[in-house]
This record gives sequence, structure tokens and C-alpha cells, in this order.
Amino acid sequence: MARALVASLGWRTRPRLLVIALGLASIAILFWSVGSGAMAISWNEILDSLWNAYGREGHRNDALIWNLRLPRILMGFAAGGALGICGAALQGLFRNPLADPALIGVSGGGALGAAFAIVLGVPKFLAGIPLLSLYSVPLAAFAGAFAATALVYSVATWQGQVQVATLLLAGIAINAIAGSIIGWFTFMATDAQLRELSFWSLGSVGGASWESLAGSVPFVAVALFLLLFYARPLNALALGESNAKHMGAPVESMKRGIVIATALAVGAVVSFTGTIGFIGLVAPHLFRLVGGPDHRWVLPGSFLMGGCLLCVADVIARVAAIPAEIPVGIVVSTIGAPFFLFLLMSEKKRNGG
Amino acid sequence: MTRLFKSAILGVLLAAAGNGAAFGHDGSHDHSHGQEASTSTIPLPKNPQSIVSVGGGVTETIFALGAEKALVAVDTSSVYPEAATKLPQCGYQRTLSAEGVASLKPDLIFLAGAAGPPSAIAQLEKLGIPNVRLNEAHTLEAAKENILKIGATLEREEKAKELVAQIDEKIAALPKPTSRPKVLFILSAGGGRTLVSGKGTAADAMIELAGGENVAAEFTSFKPVSSEALVAMAPEVILTTSRTVGEFRDGGIEKALPGIALTPAGKANRIIVMEDLYLMGFGPRVGDALVDLSRQFHPASGAPGANVKPQ
Repeated sequence: MARALVASLGWRTRPRLLVIALGLASIAILFWSVGSGAMAISWNEILDSLWNAYGREGHRNDALIWNLRLPRILMGFAAGGALGICGAALQGLFRNPLADPALIGVSGGGALGAAFAIVLGVPKFLAGIPLLSLYSVPLAAFAGAFAATALVYSVATWQGQVQVATLLLAGIAINAIAGSIIGWFTFMATDAQLRELSFWSLGSVGGASWESLAGSVPFVAVALFLLLFYARPLNALALGESNAKHMGAPVESMKRGIVIATALAVGAVVSFTGTIGFIGLVAPHLFRLVGGPDHRWVLPGSFLMGGCLLCVADVIARVAAIPAEIPVGIVVSTIGAPFFLFLLMSEKKRNGG
Repeated sequence: MTRLFKSAILGVLLAAAGNGAAFGHDGSHDHSHGQEASTSTIPLPKNPQSIVSVGGGVTETIFALGAEKALVAVDTSSVYPEAATKLPQCGYQRTLSAEGVASLKPDLIFLAGAAGPPSAIAQLEKLGIPNVRLNEAHTLEAAKENILKIGATLEREEKAKELVAQIDEKIAALPKPTSRPKVLFILSAGGGRTLVSGKGTAADAMIELAGGENVAAEFTSFKPVSSEALVAMAPEVILTTSRTVGEFRDGGIEKALPGIALTPAGKANRIIVMEDLYLMGFGPRVGDALVDLSRQFHPASGAPGANVKPQ
């Protein structure tokens, strides 16, 4: 019935309605997330903490909600959103539905940076800088993500033009190189470092704090703002690069903008959460399935969709094994992969193979 | 174009560094990597009623002190004594969830040095839950210090001193070895990968303390070795845990690792199997474990009960 209802709506109203629905769903999911966790707290107490916590002391729930749950929920939403919108923009740029942020080296570079910081630690000549050792892993991961993406981008640039096919191949090559160096670090690592490495590669928003939010959300906001400007040029690009240029779309600056935005936003969140796959791939797909391919709606829709998905996955990660916790990356891939397969199969049936 | 890109990178890195300096407004918590924050600033309760114990050796100590009635939960590495396994569990010591632990409403948490991740410990501190962090070092001094610290916190100093005295007694009675057998500790051997213990590991410390020589001491931490390297190391004694042996079902460790039969240890069938928390827990049983180990390293020293466990 729902399908019939959706089908009865035209392609003009559908994406608008879907974005509005996702916006409302985001708010509902954020609230629901605040109410879920290992600690059973009634809604009255939660609302009381949310509204009245400022300036009072001695309520254990206040600290729990304000220092643990809120940062991790916001981090989860920001990370999912960043992965979603960057995935959508890259899929538009590559004109390939299989693109996701990992493809241009962000995740591989980030993981390499993290592995570097975990295994080798802070180099001696930098050791005096305050707080560097405290945030060495996220900083190194962010630098790694950005450096790898910059390398991929410069390899694909020839005489001021970015070859999209080369961008893709260079991304694969850089990811492979990053993977091999991570392999060396893994071999050199001590027992404790190995554990930290594997913990990082599984992904978790459990360690989020207001400090880590302050370090990542500004980048996500900048990327979100930047990418939304590329909605029309991306629509033009769907007709082919030369057509888009004839239509006056700023194709070259868009390529650069999307790559930089992805490196910034995904690099910043992944450096705190560790590797989280699938959201960047699945969120845009889910949106387009109902909302159609217009990037003016796909981009914001994928942001909201990604945020919702990761928030829900994180709630599952938190409550499925109370009082222990499952890394959210495992939850995402366990649910995401079969669901994606199901989507592909139902799509095939609808298109008659 | 590339110049623009390069300056963008530089700008971003500087911005990130600036950000790094901007957050972390209070120094009360420590999420540094590698070493754990050693102390908590939260005052400890006088007579704790609900304790969460994280770490096998810690739980063992609480039981040995007779304070187990106040335990509400332990981590999954707490497998001794058996009563500890009946208690609710709060996950694995290295992957704690702050909210999960907090949901058990403890008024005191004991954290082994290995407890983590550091972010979860920092969050527990932020929640204001009293916690005691113990020393991770694999030395007798650290083991005794931990027992005394737990004893002092639970107001059982006398009993703690007694436990430490027992350990000292047992170690003082260890026979002076005339030779140091070459020992290899095998941590795991699943999937054709043999992980052995180098320097800096708990097993390495135990081998040295019991008067053996770790043949894998040329490298640090756990490293995979080939069957051939196993033979080249020529250990006279192979030490492993009952959990590792459990991985092999019927054939035993010699069948699973063809190299072992070619080593002096394999030929003489000197393969020692011990329960892993007993061997590497550095808890109140560390003295017993050392006596056991020393007897099996030096069967000729005539200590009673010297026997080499057959596979």
C-alpha cells in the first residue's frame, strides 16, 4: 500500500516529501537515541536532564547524558551524514553508483595515518607541542586521509584537467599502497598496539566527546555547505562531461570541490570514529530508490539518510550486548551488506533483469 | 592548480592543529595512547557495596581478600575462581563501554592496567564513578603493589599483607637453579600461524622469574614464526596455555605444529601446559605459578612433585 501511495506521487513532489520525512525522522531518531542505552533512564529523567542540567551538580544522569550519550549521538549523525552526502556527490561525479568515499583514498589514508600514530607514536621533534600526544591518532588519521586524497587527485590531474577514470584507478592504487604499509605496521606492532589497530579498523563512535565533536563537526558543516552548491552542476554532469561544460557547469572546479569536501568531512569524522563502511554507498541508493536522481534532493537527502542509518546502527551497537558494546562498524556491515544485496535483487526484478 | 591544492593542504593541517589545541579544555582526563592514566581524582568510598572488577588478576585478588560479596560484575577475563564466572559480566577488559559499566551502578571500579579503551576510562572518570587503576607491569613488585592497593581500598590491609608474604615465602623457597633451560612460549597456533612471546610479555617475565631463558627474547611482543624458525630456536621446554592446546582437539600441539617434534623439547616431550590466567595473571597465585614452573624447568633439582605434564 505504501508503495502504491509513493507511486501515485509525481517525481516533483516525491523527493521534496522524502527530504521532509527524513528531516522529521532524523529528529525522532536523535531523540530515540538519547533515550536508549545500557543505563535505563526514564523519559522524565532524560527530559529533566536535557532541560535543567546547566549549572546543577550531583545528578549522575546529567553527566551520562551530556558527556556520553549526546556527543556520541551527534558524532554518529555527523559521521553518517558526512559519509552519505560525500557518497552521493562522488557517485554523481563518477557517474557510477558504486562510488563511495573510500574510493578516493580517504579511508585508506586515514587508516594509514592512524596506524602510523598508534605504532610509531609522536615523533621526537614534535613531542613538545601540547595536546599533540592526546590527539595524535585523530590528527595523524586526518592528515593521512587528506594526503592520500591529495595524491590521488594530483595523479589524476593532467594539464589542469581531472580525468575521472584515472581518479578512480589512482584511488584504487593508493588504497592498495596504504593497505600494504598498514600491513607492515601491523607486523611491527606490539600486542597492545595491535588491539588498538583492530579497534580502530572496526569503527566506533563510543569514544566521542565534545572535544572530538569540536574537531570534526566544523569540517562536516563546511563540506555540507560546499556540496549543496554542486547540486545543479552534478545534474548537468549526468548528461556527460562535455555536455555539462556546454551547459556552463563549472565541471573542473566542481571536481576539485567535491574531492576536497570529501577529504575534509570524511577525513575529520573517520579520524575520530575509525573506519565505517557502507553508509556512503547505501545512503544515496536508498534515497534515489524513492526520491529519484535529482541532486538538489539527493545531496541533502543522503546526508539525513546517512545520519539516520548510523544513529540507528549505533543504538543497536549499544543495546544488543548490554553491558558490553559491539563496534558500530560491525553492525553497519552486518545489516548493510545483505540489505544492499536485497536492494540489487529487487531492482533487477523490477527492471526485468 | 597544484599550488592552490598544496596551500589548501597546508591551511587545513594548520587549522586541524589549531583545533587540536583548542579542545581538551580541562586536563583532568587523559586519553593518551600507550600508557593509561594512573590515578583518578574521584574520592573513594569508605565501604563499597557494589564493585565492578575489570581484569582476571584483580578479580582473583578480591576473592583472595574475601571481599567478593560486594562484587556486582566482572569482565570476561575473570575466569578464576569458578564463582567469578557466575557473576554478571561487563564485556572484555580492553573494549569496555562506559555506559555499560555505569549501568551496573557500581560505587567502585577496579581497573587492571590493561583496561580500556582510554576513551571509556576517561568517560567513567567524567561520570564521577570512583575507580582504582592498577599497575600493568609484568613484575613481582607490580603484582604485590596491586594486591596491597586493592587491600588498602577495601580496608583489608592485613589480609593483603598476608597474601604478599605468602608470595614472598614461596619465591624465597625456590631452588637456586644450576642451569637455565631454553623455553619457548606459544600463545596461539591457529591457522598455521604460530605466535610466540618475545620480550615485554607476561610469559617472558614468568619464564625469566622461574629461572628459564626465553628463546624468543630477541624480539618484543608477540610475533608469528614459521615451523622452521621454531626448530632453529631449539627450545628445550615448550610452554603453552590450556586454551591454546584446546585449539587442537585430538592431535595435540605436536600434530598441529610439525616443527615441534624436531625441537629438543618435542623429542624429550617437555611440553608444559598451564591455565593462562594462572600463568600470566600476576595475581595472588603468581607465587604458586612460579613454584610450579620452576619445578618443571628444573626437574633434576629434586623438588617434590617435579613432573613434566605429558601432552
